[in-house]
Amino acid sequence: MTRYTDNPDAVAALIEPHQVHRDVYTSQEVYRLEMKHLFANAWVFVGHESQTANKGDYFATQVGDQPVIQVRHSTGDIHVLYNRCPHKGTKIVIDRQGNTGKFFRCPYHAWSFKTDGCLLAIPLKKGYQDTRLSETENAKGMKAVGAVHNHRGFIFARLAAEGISFEDFFGDSLSSIDNMVDRSPAGRLEVVGPPLRYMHHCNWKMLVENQTDTCHPMVAHESSAGTAVKLFEELGLPEGAPKPPAMEIIAPFMSPYEFFENMGIRTWPNGHGHTGVHHSIHSDYTAIPGYFEAMVESYGEDRAKAILDENRHNTVYFPNIMVKGPIQQLRNFIPLAADKTIVESYIYRLVDAPDELTARTAMYNRMINAPTSIVGHDDLEMYERAQEGMMADGLEWVNIQRLQTEDEDFTVEAVENGTTERQMRNQFDAWRKFMLMSMEASA
Amino acid sequence: MNVSRDQIIDFIYDEARMLDEGRYDDWLALWLPDGHYWMPLDYQQTDPIYETSLMYEDMFMLKLRVERLNGARTFSQKPKSRCHHVIQRPFVDEMNGDSFVTKTFMHYVETRLDEQQLLALTARHDLALVDGALRIANKRVDILNCDAAFRNIQLLP
Repeated sequence: MTRYTDNPDAVAALIEPHQVHRDVYTSQEVYRLEMKHLFANAWVFVGHESQTANKGDYFATQVGDQPVIQVRHSTGDIHVLYNRCPHKGTKIVIDRQGNTGKFFRCPYHAWSFKTDGCLLAIPLKKGYQDTRLSETENAKGMKAVGAVHNHRGFIFARLAAEGISFEDFFGDSLSSIDNMVDRSPAGRLEVVGPPLRYMHHCNWKMLVENQTDTCHPMVAHESSAGTAVKLFEELGLPEGAPKPPAMEIIAPFMSPYEFFENMGIRTWPNGHGHTGVHHSIHSDYTAIPGYFEAMVESYGEDRAKAILDENRHNTVYFPNIMVKGPIQQLRNFIPLAADKTIVESYIYRLVDAPDELTARTAMYNRMINAPTSIVGHDDLEMYERAQEGMMADGLEWVNIQRLQTEDEDFTVEAVENGTTERQMRNQFDAWRKFMLMSMEASA
Repeated sequence: MNVSRDQIIDFIYDEARMLDEGRYDDWLALWLPDGHYWMPLDYQQTDPIYETSLMYEDMFMLKLRVERLNGARTFSQKPKSRCHHVIQRPFVDEMNGDSFVTKTFMHYVETRLDEQQLLALTARHDLALVDGALRIANKRVDILNCDAAFRNIQLLP
């Protein structure tokens, strides 16, 4: 049975100003439509340029449910190609990263392609001599996505050939990525190692919404952050003694509601937004010797201070990534099914900054984002309980009403109380927009 | 006091049993105070500090991890997970005076509710003889499929 396919009115009716219908999380049909429309019309994160630093370097990933390859072409540009041989459909690369040299070669029948996707050669080509292969799409080579944009090292793709420009899609939200990159005295980031990969049996949007959900840390994470605070107090260390590293990373999750209310939330058009306008859980990290001096050397004192005074917490780039500027992390929430999401958590090194910053970034990643994390365990528990609980037919709507005001306008930037759910409403406003953009009612 | 190869091997077996039986206070008491439990993320990873690992935990973190398991509001442990180690006879690779290195291959099963996962592990123990007793100086646990996407791993492999 199809309820939503070719029925934009039904899709639009899933979103109300103060609530969303559970089908946005539980319906596999809605998931399929998200992949076909939302993830095609939006600009979606692919990878970081340092993952393909040299010519011929490739990195295999997904944009929505689409297998793609990010590859450094012989001209130095980065291309994003569908990971599919135009001949029989075989995936061209199967390992997650590598170097392919000057061309890709399909392992099945040895069709070969330049690193921009153009067909290079077909063995025994005379077999096609009297055919009309050259008139087909298949003869053109590996298909490229609709558009690619590199913003300060971060590669985004739009699958649709036509649509919103990169600049119009992200607007001023790019300031969070800019701040993360500016924190390098060289203005450059490099990926560090492989990402953590964490499998969740829940809808991808739950993870994205949780990034700006500031009313859950002190509740869901009481068992980790609260216990950390308790154990620390039991140690009875003298005032000013160095704290265990876990305290600096985990304990701020136990901050009271007022802390999160006052930190503020900013939303931008098209579903982007961030917590931590005024301060955040990252504000009070210990200074690393030599770092500020290196920043002043590069930027001058005023600019260096301005960069480091920005302590944004989580920035959501709609539809499916979150960036933490002050600690150089990116989490990619890759949708696999209505009830299945893989989370990949990357860290980056600030080029020309002291290594101790990378150590803190790596520590944060393993303490908070790993499948072995005592913080992550309780998050996953909440998502999966929600995924199961939503199947209850007694109530079909999910509430997103906290601090909602009359006639909210998501086309303008806004800064509000840090516990508002405005950013969740903003995401669903964008969700509807990019879902409906290419949907047409059946005749 | 001298320690025999068999005593070292017994120590490794005893440790696995403590974890399976949830005797965490006994388990924590095996550790030297500056020890680290390291679980790399990358195959053959050499750096625990400047790259992401699954775990690289000092005694404060290990105590926190154990203490949390018994908390009233530890939601992901309602109900509790259970685990089971099946280990091969440990190899004692180094015996230098009061310090020892062992390598142990094992299968680790962790279960909760309707889910059960099986991990193939290699554990390296750095042991030290302190005041007549063997203690864990450091422990490294490599998961065979470390590059796979995991669901929660909540206990101690």
